[in-house]
Amino acid sequence: MITILGVPGPLLFGQLLLGLINGAFYAMLSLGLSVIFGLLNIINFAHGALFMMGAFVAWMLLNYLGLGYWWALVLSPLIVGIFGLILERTLIKHLYKLDHLYGLLLTFGLALVIEGLFRNKYGSSGMPYQIPPELEGATNLGFMFLPNYRGWVVFAALIACLGTWLLIEKTKLGALLRAATENAPLVQAFGVNVPRLVTLTYAGGVALAAFAGVLAAPIYSVNPNMGSNFINTVFAVVVIGGMGSIMGSIVTGFSLGVIEGLTKVFYPQASETVIFVVMAIVLLARPAGLFGRTA
Amino acid sequence: MAIARRELIGSMAAAGVASTLPITYARAQAKPKIRIGVLNDMSGPYRDITGMGSVACTQQALQDFGASNKGIEVEVIFGDHQNKPDVGAAIARQWYDQGVDMIVDVPTSSVALAVSAVARQKDKVFMDSGAGTSDLTGKLCNPNTVHVTYDTWMLAHATGAAMVKAGGITWFFITADYAFGHALQRDTSNFVIQAGGKVLGSVNTPFPGTTDFSSYLLQAQASGAKVIGLCNAGTDTINCIKQAHEFGVTKTARIAGLLVFISDIHALGLQIAQGLVLSGTFYWNLNPRTRAFSERVAPKMPGVRPGMAQAGCYAATLHYLKTVAAMGVVEAKRSGAETVARMKAMPMDDDVFGPGSIRADGRAVHPAYLFEVKKPEESKEPWDYYNVLAEIPANEAFRPINEGSCPLVHA
Repeated sequence: MITILGVPGPLLFGQLLLGLINGAFYAMLSLGLSVIFGLLNIINFAHGALFMMGAFVAWMLLNYLGLGYWWALVLSPLIVGIFGLILERTLIKHLYKLDHLYGLLLTFGLALVIEGLFRNKYGSSGMPYQIPPELEGATNLGFMFLPNYRGWVVFAALIACLGTWLLIEKTKLGALLRAATENAPLVQAFGVNVPRLVTLTYAGGVALAAFAGVLAAPIYSVNPNMGSNFINTVFAVVVIGGMGSIMGSIVTGFSLGVIEGLTKVFYPQASETVIFVVMAIVLLARPAGLFGRTA
Repeated sequence: MAIARRELIGSMAAAGVASTLPITYARAQAKPKIRIGVLNDMSGPYRDITGMGSVACTQQALQDFGASNKGIEVEVIFGDHQNKPDVGAAIARQWYDQGVDMIVDVPTSSVALAVSAVARQKDKVFMDSGAGTSDLTGKLCNPNTVHVTYDTWMLAHATGAAMVKAGGITWFFITADYAFGHALQRDTSNFVIQAGGKVLGSVNTPFPGTTDFSSYLLQAQASGAKVIGLCNAGTDTINCIKQAHEFGVTKTARIAGLLVFISDIHALGLQIAQGLVLSGTFYWNLNPRTRAFSERVAPKMPGVRPGMAQAGCYAATLHYLKTVAAMGVVEAKRSGAETVARMKAMPMDDDVFGPGSIRADGRAVHPAYLFEVKKPEESKEPWDYYNVLAEIPANEAFRPINEGSCPLVHA
């Protein structure tokens, strides 16, 4: 058997792949955060709670309406997206002109309220959600046993990430969004409804979080704290990638997943810390993040 | 002028004190009331294993005891310690100062140890059900503390020794990287080795915050161990079991959960949890007495069945009230240590644990069980989850009294 640095090769390859899978979640969540920060200037601390809502809506669709995983994959982001739309219209829109801190406080408070409500109704140990029958089972890759569902998560995440990137960088809508970020009054003068664009952007970012939530539901237990477990790491990913950088979020999301995966082999105790060590180093060397531009 | 004003204020204050004191005194004289405080996690990870379910079970004890018929006035209050020792100790201090006589439940070992010290200092009663640390009745025992339901020694012993006996001779541990996880791993390793088994390795996972255990599970699988011991609790255990199933780890190894509650199994679903081996002291569907208790408490806990920590609050409160009735309310309110001494002298008997007793070190002893989670087709009704693999008699289930180095025990 090949060994690399004293670790058997198959184990190492397995960990690399697992890192990629976790990276997929980091990428999807940090992407939504990045889009929202880039266009709205809001540090959306409620992102984790909305991710959790995505998973819960999937669970509710199944248990109250009998709609399975594939329906949930479409409907849950839509429902949570509409919820995000309402949040933006009623609360968040009042904060654009204020300091970042206010947005952070509001969304942090919202996260606590949403998580509290779900905990009150559904308890803290969570709800079971099965893997859809089409994706059950696993494939033997020779060096590891890859559950088909995990393979699907990486694939779906890549599609979602690239789709978002294309939408923002290559379409007319994306061009308008970017223009509105640079100079809102001017874009409005051309007859574009900027507040509506901003609302839709927030809803879109939230829908992305809910989509990740549905993907996560069969892997982790659907519980009210599932978002807060992720959110700190995801913020670190956004900071490392560069606040507001779309490509930065995607690339750092996946690569930090891999770094974390490798740490789990060599020194497991540090696996929760390694991302923050990377963050500290990046902030020292490149304060705007790896892909960020200094304002 | 200034002097006159100060005198005036002084006399007002004195009058205030004088006018309130006799009233409270008179009220206390008229009807001494027993106050019980349920202190646990109402909002965090241990909410489902304790929380309002423990309050419901405590109230059930009042009802079954028939406190009002016996002319004893009892009041139950509850609070959330948020799993923080400082918060827990502050609430305990405040409650004891406000006339609470007994605090029950208190999951999270660090909080339990803090509350135990406060109970000693204020000479009140503390009956722990939710926490795991065996230090409560070991080197940190005190005359005001009773520990019911379970502890780390009992879990490690029941699960570790029994699994080896059943052929699980090689072990790999996945351990939450904090005091509780390490203690559980150390104790279980000892029993595994004593029983003739072997520990092939272990991995420490960061706590809290780990959600993905798949890499640790693959490391465990790569070790070739027959049993993977999970030295963690709550969501960590749930995620471990779920992912072990997903990665096919359960095909090559048996999973042993060192601390699993029935609400965890409910969260997992039988499809995934089936075959898991775990130990405990109470299961609602264990025998006619536990079933009768669960039916009685059901209206207070809609949709769920009591877990062992919650049921333990019932047993503890019932025994406490029996003792209070025997010694008189006024006497019981006077000294916590004396009340606990009386509790130790009286045999325990309730529908939750059956007959039992409280030892000199404060440990309540009763039988423990090794359970196996049923297959989905074996389950006949909601929450029908366990088969009993083995019963461990009360005198073997807990650490021998002379091995705990509790200063109260004069061996």
